[in-house]
Amino acid sequence: MANKHYETPMLDELEKGPWPSFISGIKRLRDQHPDDRIKGVANSLLGQLEHSYETRKGYWKGGTVSVFGYGSGIIPRFSEVGHAFPESKEFHTLRVQPPAGNYYTTDMLRQLAESWEKWGSGLITFHGQTGNIMFIGTDTDNTQHFFDEINEYGWDLGGAGPCVRTGMSCVGAARCEQSCLDEMRVHRTLLNNFTDDVHRPALPYKFKFKVSGCANDCMNSIERSDFAIIGTWRDDMKVDQEAVKEYVAKKGRDYILDNVVNRCPTNALALREDDTLEVNNRDCVRCMHCLNVMPKALSPGDDKGATILIGGKRTLKIGDLMGTVIVPFMKLDTDEDYERLVELAEEVIDFWAENGLEHERCGEMIERIGLANFLEGIGVEVDPNMVVEPRNISYVRMDGWDEEAEKWFKRKAEEKAAAAAG
Amino acid sequence: MALHTEHRAPIESGCPDGLQYMHPVMRKHYGNWAYHEDPRPGVLVHVAKNGDKIWTVRAGTQRILDLFTLRKLCEIGDQYGDGYVRFTLRSNIEYMVADEAKVEPLIKALEDAGFVVGGTKNSVTMISHTQGWLHCDIPGTDASGVVKAMMDELYEEFKSWNMPNRVHITTSCCQINCGGQGDIAINVQHTKPPKINHDLVANVCERPSVVARCPVAAIRPALVNGKPSLEVDEKKCICCGACYPPCPPMQINDAEHTKLAIWVGGNHSNARGRPTFHKLVAAGIPNNPPRWPEATAIVKRILEVYKEDAKDWERINDWIERIGWPRFFEKTGLPFTKYHINNWLGARRTLNASTHIRF
Repeated sequence: MANKHYETPMLDELEKGPWPSFISGIKRLRDQHPDDRIKGVANSLLGQLEHSYETRKGYWKGGTVSVFGYGSGIIPRFSEVGHAFPESKEFHTLRVQPPAGNYYTTDMLRQLAESWEKWGSGLITFHGQTGNIMFIGTDTDNTQHFFDEINEYGWDLGGAGPCVRTGMSCVGAARCEQSCLDEMRVHRTLLNNFTDDVHRPALPYKFKFKVSGCANDCMNSIERSDFAIIGTWRDDMKVDQEAVKEYVAKKGRDYILDNVVNRCPTNALALREDDTLEVNNRDCVRCMHCLNVMPKALSPGDDKGATILIGGKRTLKIGDLMGTVIVPFMKLDTDEDYERLVELAEEVIDFWAENGLEHERCGEMIERIGLANFLEGIGVEVDPNMVVEPRNISYVRMDGWDEEAEKWFKRKAEEKAAAAAG
Repeated sequence: MALHTEHRAPIESGCPDGLQYMHPVMRKHYGNWAYHEDPRPGVLVHVAKNGDKIWTVRAGTQRILDLFTLRKLCEIGDQYGDGYVRFTLRSNIEYMVADEAKVEPLIKALEDAGFVVGGTKNSVTMISHTQGWLHCDIPGTDASGVVKAMMDELYEEFKSWNMPNRVHITTSCCQINCGGQGDIAINVQHTKPPKINHDLVANVCERPSVVARCPVAAIRPALVNGKPSLEVDEKKCICCGACYPPCPPMQINDAEHTKLAIWVGGNHSNARGRPTFHKLVAAGIPNNPPRWPEATAIVKRILEVYKEDAKDWERINDWIERIGWPRFFEKTGLPFTKYHINNWLGARRTLNASTHIRF
């Protein structure tokens, strides 16, 4: 080959040890791949990475690259040291939306690998922190070619920049007994309703949807998404008392007392003398701990649905925020239920698009304007499930109290009437 | 309009349907699973309500996959599995098989090819991480390298169930912290204000946006050497690096002064307590490629104490809540400094306003 290999003494250290090495992988592309283009890109990339290791600095700069018709989905990278490492001087990443739940056949992975071999560096990550398949490293022309090719067989770009971002959902109903949702349907209904907002960034900042089938929240949705949809249930959890007795027989009463009963955050469990478990379902907060310890004995109830929390995000700019409960419970069974979910998401995004400052996440806007104003803006009534505790300071003007109290009683009466009718 | 005829219009298909790539047994029992068991580290068996079973074998990889590795993973899936895989949030690959007899040969094939079977239940699973020097435009370190070096040391913990509960570790290459919250997080922490190249600011940066980006209002427009630029009030600056992405001439990364910090007790789950953010425990750790031994040593020390001291099902945050922070610092031998005391918004809620003290 034309170029000799860059020396990589520091990176070579990362080929040692038992864990699989990404450096060895890049070297395989450099040394064993039949295509000189891929060999050259891998060699050049290793050269620049070694330079970063030596100087402890990064050398990639952003820019403007997109595919025709979209303003989003490509992470442009131009090298600041491209003169020294020319074959990877353009090294853009394509963010591609994975299927909901991250399922693949090996056939489909091979097909994607073939396309990427034709147009890219040969490096892929499943998945980036937002949830995209990351096709790492290609030049501006090939960005378009690669997208055109995989777009023809069912793949579309994800979000990048101030837009609706690629969503994430857990394995859920496909394999998990604790799932309380059709996670894939929630994920695809929401994301594919906002396709235009994914591809054409025009929002104050990023907006993420994440879907977890239960409160274990394997998708980290409360802390990592602007709009978290988490499965839960309203009726009693199911207890298979025979299976409880089996756990007690196998693990001993002390183990069950220490690890199930005493770890319940609301003291809603009791182990009876006959080794059956008593559940106070009114006090239970559906935290999932006891179900995690005894999956064979305890299961979610039948009246399933979702809790929705809004406003989670990472550090920039005002510090980390968890999402806040906006909808304590929502059924997600019928087409109408899903329409209501989409309407809520549209209300939230529209209000934030209108009122958020540049580069202000939805949760930061709520922090700035107050939750009550946000609720009024999206047309959602207050609910005590939205707070950990009520206000603890008297410094607030409350001359609207009588009307607000009246609203509450009226709403409660309506709910009661509806429940009686239904 | 010429452009329009030259270019192909995109098909805006959005998020694909996962069902088409899903194992038939999972498709058949979608929403109808009864329970699961954990036969050994890295293996799950889920049982459907009618008794059908699906086995899952989970393996760790290098995450940044080259074509050879991806094809090897496919080959293993075809030869020893059923041709169906998925990836977890932490980039582990999972192979689903309907026949228990396939499990052991599949594990062997994965291990023979150098992949690591494990990462389930109370193990230390794969570290979730960001892009680093390989691809990011603002990184202070190379998360991929940190993770490789650390997973070499945590290899046995990935493969076994030695921990009181699951351990999720994360790393991030800047203080935006794309790696997210973790039981243990290893994140870049800058310690000096940005170094500004005043010749470039006016041309490269949208100055009002940069001013607005600063969390502590330490940046203001200024004329420097007759050129419009920006200046930083270094007494106010918290060295977070938020100005660097919108304004690359405000270089925050520094070979010496960009350090690593370690945080513990982040937990996304609602199980037992509400979700928690991670808290600072150690800082000033050298950003020391290629193998970052100082950071790994602290992570291992924390894990050893946790393993020894925590009770079953306690995540790191649950454990510290029980033993208290003074004992955490005592047991891990880490120094407690003025930097551990929060002074950000809402900080008073983190101070001890009680006589609850452990002796």
